Amino acid sequence: MSAHESKYTPANPVLRWVEDRLPILGFAKSTLVDYPTPKNLNYWWTFGAILAFMLGVQIVTGIVLAMHYTPEASLAFDSVEAIKRDVVGGRIIQAVHSTGASMFFFAVYIHIFRGLYFGSYKAPREILWILGVIIFLLMMATAFFGYVLPWGQMSFWAAAVITNIFAAIPIIGDPILQLLRGGFAVDNPTLNRFFSLHYLLPFIIAAVVFLHIWALHVPGNNNPIGVEVKSERDTVPFHPYYTMKDFFAVVVFCIPFAWFAFFAPDILGHPDNYIQANPLVTPPHIVPEWYFLPFYAILRAIDFNFILDSKLLGVIAFGGSILILFFLPWLDTAKVRSGTFRPAFKWFYWLFAVNFLLLMWYGAQTPDMKVVGPFTVADVSKLSVAYYFLYFIVILPLLSRFEKPRPLPNSISEPVLGKPAQATT
Amino acid sequence: MIKITTIFAAALIGLGLAAPVTAQEAGHTEAAKQHWSFAGIFGTYDQNQLQRGFQVFREVCASCHSARLLAFRNLAEEGGPAFSEGQVKELAAQYEVSDVTVAGGKRKALPADHWPSPFATELDARDANGGAFPPDMSVLAKARSIEDGFPGWVFNYFTTYAEGGPDYIHALLNAYSEEVPAGVTNSDGTPFTLPEGKYFNAVFPSNSIGMPPPLSDGQIEYAAAADGTTVPLTVEQYSKDVSAFLMWVAEPHLDNTKSAGFKVLAFLLLFAALMYLVKQRLWRKVH
Repeated sequence: MSAHESKYTPANPVLRWVEDRLPILGFAKSTLVDYPTPKNLNYWWTFGAILAFMLGVQIVTGIVLAMHYTPEASLAFDSVEAIKRDVVGGRIIQAVHSTGASMFFFAVYIHIFRGLYFGSYKAPREILWILGVIIFLLMMATAFFGYVLPWGQMSFWAAAVITNIFAAIPIIGDPILQLLRGGFAVDNPTLNRFFSLHYLLPFIIAAVVFLHIWALHVPGNNNPIGVEVKSERDTVPFHPYYTMKDFFAVVVFCIPFAWFAFFAPDILGHPDNYIQANPLVTPPHIVPEWYFLPFYAILRAIDFNFILDSKLLGVIAFGGSILILFFLPWLDTAKVRSGTFRPAFKWFYWLFAVNFLLLMWYGAQTPDMKVVGPFTVADVSKLSVAYYFLYFIVILPLLSRFEKPRPLPNSISEPVLGKPAQATT
Repeated sequence: MIKITTIFAAALIGLGLAAPVTAQEAGHTEAAKQHWSFAGIFGTYDQNQLQRGFQVFREVCASCHSARLLAFRNLAEEGGPAFSEGQVKELAAQYEVSDVTVAGGKRKALPADHWPSPFATELDARDANGGAFPPDMSVLAKARSIEDGFPGWVFNYFTTYAEGGPDYIHALLNAYSEEVPAGVTNSDGTPFTLPEGKYFNAVFPSNSIGMPPPLSDGQIEYAAAADGTTVPLTVEQYSKDVSAFLMWVAEPHLDNTKSAGFKVLAFLLLFAALMYLVKQRLWRKVH
């Protein structure tokens, strides 16, 4: 996959014959076994393996569910119930898949925020980061399509509200809307195409994950102190050191996962989704799943016209909030990678994280709810949206001019061997 | 260096300040949480209660409400009311179901059949119920809930609170009053007036419900349980029993899923401990 080509020659003659024609074993050995990895990675770095595991869980459970699911508007709801009631182990497979989506997003948010803190998006890892943003976008699309499939009230109205976002785009908005829905309203054709796409996208995600790992293996891992690997002394082979550490992390991650899947499978969902979709009845309070709430809050916060119509502005803010991540490697001008050595950055970073949680909370509330004094969710969420964007377009580009970073260790081995420099959060 | 705990504490305080300022309309009450045998991770259904609840469902609810996902055979399954197969066969035979493959289009139900709906179509149901549509009861207990503001829902993740549905149904059945209480207002503050043909219910959203009070004290004659215990014949008892039964209808494999969950968790905890030791031993030499 990269500079660290292995000269692997299997001892077994059959394998040697294969290896001469298709060097797949050497490839696997160099990427999964010998791959030199910084020895100071903390547990935040295990979420990459956790995410790979979750993608596998979702694909396997999803394929089994698809064997029993009926993507037809009048049958979909009952077919999901039939899976829970009559398929052997169906209640558990369905619960693992639906709570798995939440666990997947929980892990991806940790993974993204780890990258944001330790500057993992900086040169030479820009393409690695961009591929990650693409995976995140694909995950959001997949989760959205999947949420529509049980065809409950929230499924239906989420499909209606989210597809409607595209109608705000001038000129091409309406054709896109009709293409997505397969008609003028959300109906059976919508369900059919969403099912098809929900089955397709995970495999595209898997392909981009392959590229993501490829792009990781060229420069190698970033690490908590953000100082590049200087010698072999700074690294350990991926196997067994990180395979076993990641394995341990995956098992620990499975404990809360199992807790939700077995004991509270519906606690992360909405009761209204146990009412079959009904185009004639709008639920009193349409809320997306928790992992979309921050972006939903950004969409909703723009309720004023400014040159453009508020609806289009909201869509621009909504799209921009994710697309801006593509430009992050060039927006952050600091030479120092790790937030550990950036005293001012840390404050802005943690404020950004808290702000993101606040947006998540705003997204779940009605806009006219009072938050502080006379100010409603609609008011205060504008502040949060402003900070979200300021962080990327003002703070990160300018901060490095004023900030004096703490001295960096000479190498990975130095802080580990010597005393100072806390290398982790 | 900022500790993560500080960040989370700040976030929690921030959320706490913003916590529930819900507009409460006068005369409307929130459903209160009840004790259920199936609550929490150790909870299981009470078989006697499910049998009583089934009796309430069958004698009262089922005359207007359908439960199209409930099959007769389910009533004999473990972790449910667990009637004997003979009892279920006998019960099914008392009902007629449509079957286009037999002469006359009707035949006696078999255990494999689903619970017959009282009305053929939604239109028929509305015609017979003053325009209101009695919702299907198959997953009703999971389609209803009571709302927990912050920080209640955080604790719910640890207590695995999933009984909002039965809590709501139980509260609703006990929230009827014949007269509209004084001072009741609509959500916009205007005085509340009960529409013609509706009933006042303090828990139902909008307070006016199409369903007449379905239960009254002494209405249903329960047989004594196998061990001779009896329960009071009150609306309170009936409503608890039928709420528990509806929870089972909505989540028939609850007991089973939980017992599988214990095995999985025990395995994961043990496995995690072993993997931790493996990891520690492996990394001991690296520094």
